[in-house]
Amino acid sequence: MSASRDDFVIAIRSAFLKKENKQRFSLVGLIFFSITLIILSNLNFAAIKFVKSGINEIIYRISFITSIPEREIQKSVKLINEHFSMYSDYKNMENRIKKLENDKYNTSFLKSENSRLKRLIDEYITESEELVAKVLLDKDSPFLKSIIVNKGSKDNVIIGMAVLDENYLVGKIVEVNYSTSRALLISDLNSKIPVIIEPGNTQSILSGSGKNHGELQYFKSSSDISNNNIVFTSGSGGIFKAGIPIGKIINSEENKNYKTIFFSNLNQLTFVKLVTYEKENN
Amino acid sequence: MSVQSKTSLFRKFLAFGPSILLFLSVLNEFDFNYLNYKYFSFNFPFILIFYWSLKRSQSLGYGFIFAAGLFNDVVIGYPIGISSLTYLIICGFAAYLRNITLRPNLINDWFFFLFTILAANSINYFLLISLFSIELNYYELMGNIFFTFVLYYLFAYIFDIFRKNIFKGKKND
Repeated sequence: MSASRDDFVIAIRSAFLKKENKQRFSLVGLIFFSITLIILSNLNFAAIKFVKSGINEIIYRISFITSIPEREIQKSVKLINEHFSMYSDYKNMENRIKKLENDKYNTSFLKSENSRLKRLIDEYITESEELVAKVLLDKDSPFLKSIIVNKGSKDNVIIGMAVLDENYLVGKIVEVNYSTSRALLISDLNSKIPVIIEPGNTQSILSGSGKNHGELQYFKSSSDISNNNIVFTSGSGGIFKAGIPIGKIINSEENKNYKTIFFSNLNQLTFVKLVTYEKENN
Repeated sequence: MSVQSKTSLFRKFLAFGPSILLFLSVLNEFDFNYLNYKYFSFNFPFILIFYWSLKRSQSLGYGFIFAAGLFNDVVIGYPIGISSLTYLIICGFAAYLRNITLRPNLINDWFFFLFTILAANSINYFLLISLFSIELNYYELMGNIFFTFVLYYLFAYIFDIFRKNIFKGKKND
């Protein structure tokens, strides 16, 4: 018994402490160094932030180049799938166009009415300058949904800026480097956006699920939420303006988490808009 | 330049294969997520690091592994040092297995690999959740661990062929 324990200790000591042939660093030394880095990261040590920012700049560019083969495979898979679903897509488009033509006439009236009412309650909000950014990397890992864009602090990007795909919200900026930034997508588990569900004016929080949909949290159980209700930003918290469309509710009967399908395809982002919002001075 | 020296140069380049593959995999994160199969993903660097630390540790230096971990943290957006620690723990487990193994057997290595990734991932996720309050989807994690374990067998088989052809005649540790 004690002999086998001795063997175990010797094997462990040899594995972790002994510097092996042709190894410049000892394993245990590097493990301690990693732990030190983790502790300093946790304490938000300034030097670590600078080092990380420097590494980010280099790695994002290299990673953009090394990801080219994978992106090409992705594009090919998408192209093949699109060919297979061409006829059903065409039929869906036809139906959507008919519906959009019907809705078009109501929209212009609603727009002018909306603008008049906003001025009336003195809550008119305007967009600041928009920045168009190219998506360098699209990290669709199961654990983190984020994108890297080619605009950074030199382009006046700041933490908290809204990231839009056309007019739809897709994320917010969480990390800014000199010439690149990372945006956390709304599908990420750590993303929490204050939203309003229309019609019904129900306030809620849209949480990412780690997949290609979101889930509603913290709303009144008596709320009347049903299929195809639209989810907009509520403007609470002052980060985003109210009324940016995000997605729509599906399967509300089966699913009490109120699955929200995003309007934008978060796996296919190539260019995005980075926007901040300010109140208009009347 | 003679044909023989060209072949020798090519062999020297291939000898760096594991290191090159490690850096490409952390920078590129190729895990076929884009196929959008539910819960399907795997951690290729874990397989690569465990196999080469076990079979031929001089092909993949600890310094390289540490640097690859830093790169992975930057690419994924994790706090710096987390992946390096996980990768080095895997190296430690592989070195331990190498020390206690007299007659290598792929099935034994395979099940020890499962134990290793469960331990390494537990430490990784414990740090992410407790120190950095990052939320994780446990079903995705279990899927990732399962497929990493299953695919180890396949990749070990491929790496065996590579190792026997490229490093034949060279002595292991």
